[in-house]
Amino acid sequence: MCRAVDLQRAVLAKNEAAAHILRTELNARGTTVINLLSSPGSGKTALLERELRLAGERGVGAAALTADLATENDARRLARSGVPVKQVLTDGLCHLEADMVARHLHDWLPESTRLLFVENVGNLVCPAGYDLGESLRVVLASVTEGEDKPLKYPTAFGLAQLVIVTKTDMAEAAEFDETAFRANVQQVNPGVEVVLSSVRDGRGVGTLLDRALAVAEGNGVHTPAMAQAGA
Amino acid sequence: MHEMSLAVAVVDQVEAAAKSRGAVGVSSIELDVGELAGVVADALAFCFELACAGTVVEGAELITRTVPGTARCAPCAEDWAVGMPPRLLCPGCGAAADELISGRELQIREVRWACPETPHERHRRTITEES
Repeated sequence: MCRAVDLQRAVLAKNEAAAHILRTELNARGTTVINLLSSPGSGKTALLERELRLAGERGVGAAALTADLATENDARRLARSGVPVKQVLTDGLCHLEADMVARHLHDWLPESTRLLFVENVGNLVCPAGYDLGESLRVVLASVTEGEDKPLKYPTAFGLAQLVIVTKTDMAEAAEFDETAFRANVQQVNPGVEVVLSSVRDGRGVGTLLDRALAVAEGNGVHTPAMAQAGA
Repeated sequence: MHEMSLAVAVVDQVEAAAKSRGAVGVSSIELDVGELAGVVADALAFCFELACAGTVVEGAELITRTVPGTARCAPCAEDWAVGMPPRLLCPGCGAAADELISGRELQIREVRWACPETPHERHRRTITEES
């Protein structure tokens, strides 16, 4: 009879540990991480560029790490904001992991960084399970993606601490049903804030920065029901 | 597809446990996978075959158990199956669930080591065209 061993280990234990260390170290030096998740093409980079520019104008020490499978296009775009930016090329990997973030911050992240925005790989499935040491997880969805997105990607939306709707200037053309979208978000993540934004007309721009600063100052942040897992 | 990363994580952990116990092989690995963990069991099984090649884990059978999502409403003292897509609002009072009791597991539950005295059998899964 072969011996069975009750291992009871989380598959992602290594990532959880790396994320915990990263969060502890960064918080100790006054840096707060914001993890941004969305589908490809939702407008993450465009919104982030505006928020970083605003951070620069307000004198908030911000920096950005942007991840893609290929090209440094996003880093170039974000660098126009004037804040320190670094591109992570994942070589085909569909998500970021905590140790990848830690590796890229080494010898790069300026001491004065108060807010570090991590633009995850455009993907609403794989990144959802990976804690990157963030204190705020934001999920973005554009009006062109359909109001049932939160139901199609429940884990990503269910673990969000802030949801941002992008490209609202196109809402009418896309026949975006805001009420349905909000109801769907609430179904998987009751109580999470939903912000409407458009970089074209400026609506909601600055909200991400405000919320990130509030978290950095130790104000309460939404705890999703899905994150309160006895699981 | 992040299942390859997960498969490698499973193999790494079992390999480390095997090393510390002096196990010569692994007969089976049981995984609990919550229905809200965002993991495709077939993809994980496929990646697992690749990830354990050339390791002490090679030949082990991967058994995955799907754990349904359940949530709890404290005021109503009610638990409910959240379903898919999940509903985190209490069916009784409509309030937000206080917690998800199950459904996000991604856990190695049990490992069965191969017996040193008998060469352990290789379990191979046939991958049908549909999967």
